[in-house]
Amino acid sequence: MSTNGQVHPLLEVSDLVTRYPIPRGILGTVAGRPQQQVHAVEGISFSLNQGEMLALVGESGCGKTTTAQSVMRLVQPDSGSIRFEGSDISTLGFRELRPLRKRMQIIYQDPYESLDPRFRVRQTIEEPLVIHGVGTRSDRPHRVKEALVRAGLTPPELYIDRYPHELSGGQRQRVAIAASLVLDPKLLVADEPVSMLDVSVRAGILGLLDALRKDGMGILMITHDLSTAAHFADRIAVMYLGRIVEEGPARDVVRNPQHPYTKALISVVPKRDPRDSSEPQILKGETPNPVHIPSGCRFHPRCPLVTPECPRIDPELRTPKDGTTPDHRAACILV
Amino acid sequence: MKAPVLEARDLHVWFDLPDDRELHAVQGVSFGLAPGERFGLVGESGCGKTTTILGLMGLLPPTASVAGQVVLEGDNIMARGESSVAPHRWKDIAMIFQGAMNAFNPVKTIGDQIAEPMEVHGISEGDAARQRVGELLEMVGISRDRADRYPHEFSGGMRQRAAIAMALACEPKVLLADEPTTALDVMVQAQILQLLVSLTHDLGLAMVLVTHDLPLIAQVCNRAAVMYAGEIVEQGETETLYHDPGHPYTRLLFAATPDLYDESNVTSIPGGPPRLDREIIGCPFAPRCDRTFEPCPTVRPELRDLGAGHTAACHLNDPVMRAAAS
Repeated sequence: MSTNGQVHPLLEVSDLVTRYPIPRGILGTVAGRPQQQVHAVEGISFSLNQGEMLALVGESGCGKTTTAQSVMRLVQPDSGSIRFEGSDISTLGFRELRPLRKRMQIIYQDPYESLDPRFRVRQTIEEPLVIHGVGTRSDRPHRVKEALVRAGLTPPELYIDRYPHELSGGQRQRVAIAASLVLDPKLLVADEPVSMLDVSVRAGILGLLDALRKDGMGILMITHDLSTAAHFADRIAVMYLGRIVEEGPARDVVRNPQHPYTKALISVVPKRDPRDSSEPQILKGETPNPVHIPSGCRFHPRCPLVTPECPRIDPELRTPKDGTTPDHRAACILV
Repeated sequence: MKAPVLEARDLHVWFDLPDDRELHAVQGVSFGLAPGERFGLVGESGCGKTTTILGLMGLLPPTASVAGQVVLEGDNIMARGESSVAPHRWKDIAMIFQGAMNAFNPVKTIGDQIAEPMEVHGISEGDAARQRVGELLEMVGISRDRADRYPHEFSGGMRQRAAIAMALACEPKVLLADEPTTALDVMVQAQILQLLVSLTHDLGLAMVLVTHDLPLIAQVCNRAAVMYAGEIVEQGETETLYHDPGHPYTRLLFAATPDLYDESNVTSIPGGPPRLDREIIGCPFAPRCDRTFEPCPTVRPELRDLGAGHTAACHLNDPVMRAAAS
């Protein structure tokens, strides 16, 4: 809700396109070889409300991380709009972005790499306050402790003077989360937040994100793990080669998948129960290179249900005929 | 169970640490592997699963001391150290290392690298070896004309297939696969698992699948052992481990793993594993366990037979301990 009383989502992304040029080299440039691009994100739209967790799910190269980085304006999108709390931030300059960075934070996959090994926990968490000039020298220690408590590192005195190497993987990820919470962001982007952690501590980190969501934070979670997304996200968007191919409430996407890619992806997720003998539907080959995107529906070369129309028609997201809810959509001419 | 093709008997591994300390990484691990069986070794980082299978291969670094037996078809191949292990390495027991797909030499062709173990073991060379490389590649689903390509021309999934082909070059009886799908995408992971299952089936190959991922074990293996702090805390059929676990760690590990369709809460296990450079007193899992009672902090539980090849190291399964406590 903005100050003028108008309701809009916390984050609204429309037709986002982000491409990376492939260096041609001197010879390539001289020879006038055509400039090629990696089509990382090719026109995706989604929105995220306060107190909601959206999971972007897909395999490597599907564009989920580029989407997150574009939203954070860590890479420059080619086109499309990114509205944060109602205003378009997709073309803001570095200076104009700076005050916004307090309100949108990102945590990364690897807590072994993302923390400075020479910083004590106190410094790691205080640094964002110093950079953004938040608080005073006297009230910062209090804010640091508060962030540690919110991140589940209690009592904070036990952790505040430690170095990263004195912490376990789960504790490190909590420190990284505390360092983003200290600025009191409204949006948290979590890029594979648990994939480097041991199974026994993953649930704790995910539970923490869930608690933050319940407190009103909007969370965009990037993950390759459908089981995690099914458990913790409110909505799931499945990406393939730079597009969202299916999106909807997590439960509907998992229990009633519509797109052939989502169906296959769900079928190959290993189940905990050894008696589960559901047949995995294993697709042949691997995701094609995002430099040369297939024509029409980009999934058609691997699709088990491909029709003669598919190489010609690039399907848009739409509500399936037998969809359970109107906000469950899939991009396939067969749905 | 058929006579095991490979057995670990009371395997211990210690690593030398600076200032005369030792890290007891593997603390008396025993399991057997029937021909053609797929056996899972599951546990979290640092539990000793990789050290265990490196021990089976005789590939531990010189800082490690090893005790116990590795019995291949009835013979203790550790009896005379390296000289008795070396003839069996790759020929009878082969391994796919963690991250093997990224360990190819970038300046040699895939085919040459697959041929290498055959040449080293004098199994075949020249045209015969090339012929065999072609067969191996086709066995893992790569067309034989790709043998002349370099690693960078292969995708991650293809390189992992090539690593499997390389492990199979000398027709081993046992394949040790250390996290063979960990860095791969879900769909490619499914392809590789399907390949491994069909290879064990077609070649009568026994496989030890080492992973931190319980659902993988559940879907691929008939039996599995759960490792914690250097020891096997539970061993049995995967169905039993899931439906009727005999150790709280196994139960809690399943409860910490999200499942697509099970909407019950996933819960983390508080705390962390104990240090292995000091003697463990009592049950190593006791500080994290939700069912501790009197003996747990002081008495170390031994593996107890629960019937039908199911064993677990937990005092809860000991009627005498329970009676004494209540």
